[in-house]
Amino acid sequence: MERDGSRYKAFSRRLALLGGGQLGLAGLLMARMYYLQVLESDQYKMLAEENRISMRLLAPPRGLVLDRFGQELASNRQNYRVVLIAEQTKGVAETLDRLSRIIPINSHQRSRVLREVKRKRPFVPIKVAENLTWEQFARVNVQLPDLPGVQPDVGEGRFYPSGFETAHIVGYVSSVSEADLTGDPLLELPGFRIGKNGIEKLYDETLRGKAGNSRVEVNAYGRVIRELARHDGQSGDNVVLTIDSGLQEKISRRLADESAAAVVMDIHQGEVLAMVSSPSYDPNAFNLGMSNKAWRSLVQHPRKPLINKAIAGQYPPGSTFKMIVALAAMEAGIAGPGHRVFCNGVVKLGRSKFHCWRHRYGGHGWVDMKQAIAQSCDLYFYDLARRIGVDRIGAMARRFGLGEAFGIELVGEKDGLVPSKDWKLAVTGEPWQLGETLITGIGQAYLLATPLQLAVMTARLANGGMAVRPRLSRRQGARNVPGEGARPAVGDGPGEDGAARQLDSAAQPIGVSAANLKVITEAMSDVVNGARGTARKYKLDKEMNAKMAGKTGTAQVRRITKAERSAGGKLSKETPWQERDHALFTAFAPVGAPRYAIAVVVEHGGSGTYAAKLTKDIMTEVLRDDPLGRSAVGMSAGGRGKERKI
Amino acid sequence: MGRQVDLTLLQKLAQINWFLILLISLIAGVGFAMLYSAANGSIDPWASRQMFRFAAGLGLMLLIALIDVRAWLRHAYLIYAAALLLLVAVEVMGVVGMGARRWVDLGLFQLQPSEVMKIALVLALARFYHGLPLEEVGRIRWLVMPAGLILIPVALVMRQPDLGTAILLLATATAIMLLAGVRLWKFAVALGAILLAIPLAWRFMLHGYQKDRVLTYLNPERDPLGAGYHIMQSKIALGSGGLFGKGFMQGTQSHLAFLPERQTDFIFTMLAEEFGLIGCLGLLSLYILIIAYGYAIAMRSRNQFGRLLAAGVISTFFLYVFINMAMVMGLIPVVGVPLPLVSYGGTSMMSLLIGFGLLLSVYVHRDVVISRRPSYSG
Repeated sequence: MERDGSRYKAFSRRLALLGGGQLGLAGLLMARMYYLQVLESDQYKMLAEENRISMRLLAPPRGLVLDRFGQELASNRQNYRVVLIAEQTKGVAETLDRLSRIIPINSHQRSRVLREVKRKRPFVPIKVAENLTWEQFARVNVQLPDLPGVQPDVGEGRFYPSGFETAHIVGYVSSVSEADLTGDPLLELPGFRIGKNGIEKLYDETLRGKAGNSRVEVNAYGRVIRELARHDGQSGDNVVLTIDSGLQEKISRRLADESAAAVVMDIHQGEVLAMVSSPSYDPNAFNLGMSNKAWRSLVQHPRKPLINKAIAGQYPPGSTFKMIVALAAMEAGIAGPGHRVFCNGVVKLGRSKFHCWRHRYGGHGWVDMKQAIAQSCDLYFYDLARRIGVDRIGAMARRFGLGEAFGIELVGEKDGLVPSKDWKLAVTGEPWQLGETLITGIGQAYLLATPLQLAVMTARLANGGMAVRPRLSRRQGARNVPGEGARPAVGDGPGEDGAARQLDSAAQPIGVSAANLKVITEAMSDVVNGARGTARKYKLDKEMNAKMAGKTGTAQVRRITKAERSAGGKLSKETPWQERDHALFTAFAPVGAPRYAIAVVVEHGGSGTYAAKLTKDIMTEVLRDDPLGRSAVGMSAGGRGKERKI
Repeated sequence: MGRQVDLTLLQKLAQINWFLILLISLIAGVGFAMLYSAANGSIDPWASRQMFRFAAGLGLMLLIALIDVRAWLRHAYLIYAAALLLLVAVEVMGVVGMGARRWVDLGLFQLQPSEVMKIALVLALARFYHGLPLEEVGRIRWLVMPAGLILIPVALVMRQPDLGTAILLLATATAIMLLAGVRLWKFAVALGAILLAIPLAWRFMLHGYQKDRVLTYLNPERDPLGAGYHIMQSKIALGSGGLFGKGFMQGTQSHLAFLPERQTDFIFTMLAEEFGLIGCLGLLSLYILIIAYGYAIAMRSRNQFGRLLAAGVISTFFLYVFINMAMVMGLIPVVGVPLPLVSYGGTSMMSLLIGFGLLLSVYVHRDVVISRRPSYSG
């Protein structure tokens, strides 16, 4: 008992020590609590919010692309999809089996779904099939009770109702690539599409709209618990084109499988009413995803469907260039309309011979300027070219829009080529040859022009020498939202229609004399309407009550050998397609009060008269359709210049 | 001799410290509330089972409280031997769960022998030092046996591996030896030895995940999505609770599953998030009250066995509280130690209530004087 007393004392002392130490540790805990929950609390509160709140971007509806009459060229179509949520199914494989009895699911899709199920978290929806028909979609919906974990879903996809006809203008959208990323968070949204060509690309930012967002509460596994706030984005603005889709479609059909391009434009405003490049492709295929094989066949196709030949095809203008040469001579005061040349079919220059296309018939005999244009006498223009020189011809060509891109709202517009002495020396290192001046006079040598440039050239000849510029978009900013008025224009597109017209009416005069232009336009009328015109077979039909003026052109693809010339020089049916001459025709109508200019180029079409034949049909459609006579989007009815009516 | 030592059952019941039981029930009640919240406002699956276990454990506790403290002294070594046998059995034929071999299947239920050992070691050491006069305590040869009593189970528990329990056993034993009067410099020597052993243990004894936890403790940002995730999220939950908390069942960290193990080891974090600093201090005060009460009971005992047993049980309890709270607050590395009476889990609840049963037994039999070498017949 006494012994226990000493142990008790020792125990008490030690217990005081232990208790004290433990109290100290408890104090440490409290200090830590105070530190975390009071001193550092704000920081941790923020971290907790960051943990739980996640921002989800909402893609805005893309703006529409409309034609001049409001017809949809690019629209948003509901994309019927079926997704699957693995954790809600009774076995993914079994669900797919059941689903494949309702909608087609191929083995490729099946293995992709099974692969994604393994990779993704079980509550993440996985796409099983998309772009279903309404009927398929409805069937899935009806059977839903038997398909736990399967969810029908309606997304939005781009759709081009007139796919083939407007592919080269409207372009297409496709998945965003690494190079497209600009910092706009929208672009990082899975499944987001961006304009890759044409108007879709050039006006991508206008059409894209502003992203909305949704603040959602998520748990540690990323599952969305609830939506806290939602801010709808702003849908993209519509873009209205100058194109008349009805006309576009008719011309496409007329060109059919030819490797060809046609441009129809308003000679006063520069509005491009139709721009067809043939053959074409289906832009919807780019959106839906294209197989490698399909892509290769498009790229390797000999008639190059992916190229917009109207702006990217460059051809020697051939005889369609003769108006420029004649005008250059008159403006230089070197030769008037009465200047006459005797054509016997051939002219010698040193040791070279330069032929007229009629040399086998002994030439044209005596021709003046109008006759030379109407009958397309080559010798006459050899003579003019020699007198004025290549540089003055080139200068006139540039004033009419050749040799330089207009900056039309498309991708891939080419400059064409107008040669000069300096240019040749700089590029080839060799001096200019006089012979080259001669063949420049008939639109060959180094000259290259796009069909668009030929249309603009014709428009400038027909509109009294105003430097009109082509354009494809009329107006942007009319949003696809009812009740909201048009917003101010974005980018370089014209704003309100009236202002736009004034702007274009202010197109600068080129500065050529009206009298000289009259000679040219009368000669062009003779090409079609004159007794000996090269396109006299392709006058407009009588009931049209209008006349067309134009100029044929036949552009050599390769040099004609002597043997061939002596053998007749005519193309035969045996000549391989790719060695045949290009056929060109430029036209305007109606003669007297012209409004429309057309350029048609048929690659390897044989001769200009073939292009003239197509142009007659196209011009007939244009005048019947008369897009400029009807009120377009954003115009007061009949607001367009009445004085220009026939 | 003072009061009568052999009490009737009714007298014993009257002697039981009902205030202590009230405190224990209050803490358990906090636990039920938190488990209810952890299940997003549902009594199932956790709160209901926890209540059932608590009720059963409370009965067991009272039963143990009524057993004469001399009986516990008498059977202390036997219980220790049984616990050691179970630990060996776990080593040989235990059930592997969660990557560690901690359980032994006894047919009816699964037993965690390391939990039994927490009680058994306290009993054995209390008995050993009860029989040793104060002047003998300091002798080196009397250190051999307690060292064996301690280190054998610690080594076995480490092998399972269960670092938390090993540390708990070691720390509790140290506390008992300290209270028994072992010289302070010897603890200093032992501490030095442990510090020396750390590099060796690092190299040969710690498992990869244990090393990870230590490294993560030293630098939680080392691996914010891996091993550091738990502690980062735990601190965020704690800190975001602020002074008053986000309110019952309003904890975003816990309810959106950012908080790991919210119903077990990290339940304190959830309480901190929902009730803030006020709630934390309230719970900590309850614990401190129990501990103070426990030590008062130890002081009241008139026999060394009772004093050491009571102090040992309370020390274990304190260590539970401290290690768990310090862990969730990022003060020490993550070790698997539950918050006593609050965390979901049957085994620790049982062993804690058995411990409190012994404490109450000491209290009920506080006036019993036992000689150093009792005659086992009496």
